[in-house]
Amino acid sequence: MHIPDGFLETKVWAAFDVISAGFVGFSLKIISKKIDAEKRIPMIGVISAFTFAAQMLNFPVAGGTSGHFMGSTLAAILLGPFTSTIIMTVVLIVQSLVFQDGGILALGANIFNMGIVGAFVGWFFYKIITNLFKGKNGVLLGSFIGAWFAIVIASASCAIQLGISNTVPLKVSLISMVSVHALIGIGEGIITLLVLLFIMRTRKDLLDIEKF
Amino acid sequence: MKRFFIVLFIISVILAFFISPFASSSPDGLERVAEDKGFIGKGISIIRSPIPDYSFPFIKNEILKTSISGLLGVIITFFLSYEVAKVIIKKEVK
Repeated sequence: MHIPDGFLETKVWAAFDVISAGFVGFSLKIISKKIDAEKRIPMIGVISAFTFAAQMLNFPVAGGTSGHFMGSTLAAILLGPFTSTIIMTVVLIVQSLVFQDGGILALGANIFNMGIVGAFVGWFFYKIITNLFKGKNGVLLGSFIGAWFAIVIASASCAIQLGISNTVPLKVSLISMVSVHALIGIGEGIITLLVLLFIMRTRKDLLDIEKF
Repeated sequence: MKRFFIVLFIISVILAFFISPFASSSPDGLERVAEDKGFIGKGISIIRSPIPDYSFPFIKNEILKTSISGLLGVIITFFLSYEVAKVIIKKEVK
């Protein structure tokens, strides 16, 4: 759901550039604590690299449409929501500047949807589920449900930006974006769950890194 | 300790280099909606990216075009985020 330039009205992309820049600056402050630094720094590097790679892998969903992994919930579960925002921001900047995937003016809108809404919605639902269901099953269920909600709500946020830009009627964009991403969300949930399962089996201690 | 990070990095390289050329080329969720609702044409490019659409220039082979792009993307993303994290976290916190 990388919004290219031209889809959003000037006042909309400009407003989200300001909001996201402020939030990213705040997140950098939050994550700057030295706790677990020797694990968190390389983890941020490899999770960013993995997120970039996995985002290239479009999988088919219904009706000649594809979807791809977003990754904000996985990063939030492993490193915390503010770190997830930073990871998604780096990925989105590289995609936009180097690969022309997502607009440069619309970067703030894309960071807001995938890096902020995606990270915090995923984290929120993950926390609720893991509080209700303890242990390994709670983590796996929480990762799937968190990831599903993250991409669906992020797509709703994208739909609202398109709607208030008068690019497409709000109701139309909300219904079509959310219904497509409800399907893509199943893929998002499965990938997030599988990566967590892999980490649980190989390096369970990495789940205990201090989260910011 | 280090092994896990190397393994995850190698997995990322495998996904980006070997798997990505075979990913679905159908429009994604937003592109599908933009096509169906008739605003796909509004998209414009403000800047000229060096590797537009994950298609590395100067290479003829369609598979390699994507593979090289994916590999470069993984390396750039890794180093950029690693360096940002290093600078931010190693900085003295008051």
